[in-house]
Amino acid sequence: MTRSFVRKLALGAVVLGATLAACAKKEEAPPAPAAAPTAKAEPLKAAFVYVGPVGDSGWSFSHDLGRKNALAKFGDKVTTTFVEKVPEGPDAERVIRDLVAQGNKVVFATSFGFMDAMVKVAKDHPDVYFEHATGYKTADNLRVYEARFYEGAYLAGVVAGKMTKTNTLGFVASFPIPEVLRNINAYTLGAQSVNPKVKTRVVWINSWFDPPKETEAAQSLMNQGADVLLQNTDSTAVLQAAERNGKFGFGWDSDMSAFAPKAHLGSVALNWTVYYEKSFGEILEKRWKPEVTKWGVKEGMLDFVKPAAFLPEETKKAVEAAREGLKTGTVAVFKGPVVDNTGKEVLAKDAVADDTWKGAINFYVKGVEGKVPSSM
Amino acid sequence: MIRLDVRPVPSLRMSVLSPLIALAVTVAAGGVLFLALGKDPVRVLSMFLVEPFHGVRALTELGLKCTPLILCALGLGLCFRSNVWNIGAEGQFLMGAIAGGGLALWVTTASVALSPWAFFPLVVTAGAAGGAAWAAIVALLRDRFNANEILVSLMLVYVADLFLSWLVFGPWKDPRGFNFPQTVQFAAATEIPRFVRGMRLHWGFAFALVAAVLMWLFMFRTHRGIQLQIGGPAPAAARYAGFSSRSAVWTTLLVSGGLAGVAGAFEVAGPMGQLTPHVASGYGFTAIIVAFVGRLHPLGAVLASVVLSAFVIGGQLAQSRVGLPASVSGVFQGILLLALLGCDTLIHHRLRLVRWTWRTAP
Repeated sequence: MTRSFVRKLALGAVVLGATLAACAKKEEAPPAPAAAPTAKAEPLKAAFVYVGPVGDSGWSFSHDLGRKNALAKFGDKVTTTFVEKVPEGPDAERVIRDLVAQGNKVVFATSFGFMDAMVKVAKDHPDVYFEHATGYKTADNLRVYEARFYEGAYLAGVVAGKMTKTNTLGFVASFPIPEVLRNINAYTLGAQSVNPKVKTRVVWINSWFDPPKETEAAQSLMNQGADVLLQNTDSTAVLQAAERNGKFGFGWDSDMSAFAPKAHLGSVALNWTVYYEKSFGEILEKRWKPEVTKWGVKEGMLDFVKPAAFLPEETKKAVEAAREGLKTGTVAVFKGPVVDNTGKEVLAKDAVADDTWKGAINFYVKGVEGKVPSSM
Repeated sequence: MIRLDVRPVPSLRMSVLSPLIALAVTVAAGGVLFLALGKDPVRVLSMFLVEPFHGVRALTELGLKCTPLILCALGLGLCFRSNVWNIGAEGQFLMGAIAGGGLALWVTTASVALSPWAFFPLVVTAGAAGGAAWAAIVALLRDRFNANEILVSLMLVYVADLFLSWLVFGPWKDPRGFNFPQTVQFAAATEIPRFVRGMRLHWGFAFALVAAVLMWLFMFRTHRGIQLQIGGPAPAAARYAGFSSRSAVWTTLLVSGGLAGVAGAFEVAGPMGQLTPHVASGYGFTAIIVAFVGRLHPLGAVLASVVLSAFVIGGQLAQSRVGLPASVSGVFQGILLLALLGCDTLIHHRLRLVRWTWRTAP
């Protein structure tokens, strides 16, 4: 009995193996049309390095939309690959080097923590273009690009200021870097532009993507009375926590309206499409230059999308006016007088903040409670 | 049905065969998985099993990835064999990174004239001291108050991580770094010397291999090593033989903390060249798996580190070359670990096929 069972098992394994081998062969059989030799020029090989999973929403997803759009727009002139979930440590350098070794002529690395790895690899490969999202180090073949995210946070703030009943907003924050501090401040300033009584509470989670921690932070903010939440993290967790508690929230990075139909007031959605189109175009036309790109609502790199249908007419008008103002330049998010939450004036009356000022933000504006963690 | 019977003596044959069986199971399960996803299974499998070993650069990168895993797993193997459950190697790794990185930062900012070879022993000492000091807290609490070392060592990981965050967001932040949380790039003198120019593999890898050999000698060729391994699982027997279980706690924690600390120092003074909030990349936790896959044996730890590193690197290669999603390579890594640990059951147990019978109450 035992022996015959073993024999049957072995037979089964052989059959399975043979089937697998046959399937594998079948897969290889038809010649891949993409590999067919053409007389045309080699397509531009481009690679993307993402810090998170591509998933169906969030930061890396928004970059991947840009990648797909470029593929569709430039057709057979470009090919792309991507590597997702790359840790922001020594692994990044290996991944980027490997992408260059595979013949990619441009590498887009889309998280701050890839900066020094990009600098190192760029130095060794002067014939490859390197593009880094949200860093500050550049070289002859390395340039940086980022979105003026705080403009989106400001627009969300306008809606939040109108919709809050407790006059307390909540913000789930990742790391106390200038970009995130700008967003917290812009959210608060946007709300105060329509409702001066607004206060913002902040919880830091020290991560870009950690749904359980984001949920926990959102819950603690709501327990403290916050009724409209925004996050500078990459998942839908905060918005969904607001939905479960009957509070309001926003989508961030990409349109998240589908995740919380009752809580979703609108989404601050990135549109990297405009940048990747520009970048691919410049490389294909051989006019790529090392420069710094910071685009906002005006250039279409981000927008406040899918405002909830249930928003009062007045709120809709207020956010639309602010949006138009950002586009035409009549509204500036950081315009004096700006006072920090210790009462010190950080931007004089009528002065408009420049990029240096915005790059060095390490304070909360008046109305945000608590202290910036790094200044402890 | 299949029944597991305990073997009278562990099977030597199975202890050799089990990793091979595990590999076969992994390859078969992976093949089916990749086929179901519409990928060429042979090509995907080669990303995990061949490509990470293919060429000089690949091999040096593999060695680089292995180094922290080997160092952490060596110490953990000693701890676990002595029945001391240190699961906080990640925290000890971080404190070693902070100590080694702090030293490198000081050398950089004070412009101390130093050659990399003179710095090497210093950074090893600093890393070992940092990691061992962190583990000493665990040892002290366990020894004095009988606090559970599993909880204490794990909780101290988060303390170390937040301490690092505080440093790089605060006092150690690059003053010209636009407020971004990282230190300046360390001076060239602080870089761990490299094996080959242009490759990232550094002499820390050789250090790890030597440490593995020394650990093997210590565990199996010294009186003290044997003492520890007896004192852990059987404290009463150890006391009867005159061995102290208190000193076992101290020795194993200090050694494993020190090794994890050195791994952290190598990581920041090696491939990173600066401190950032992302120093913690899970090596200390992965090393727990490595230690068990390596059967708590120093040389097993080296082999297991190579296998795990190859699978991590292979997962990234498979993404860009054959478009395999990161989550699927995670699943594949999981299959490998499950198979490796599962097949080790065969060393102490034998599978017997028996006729299915309803067990009746006696």
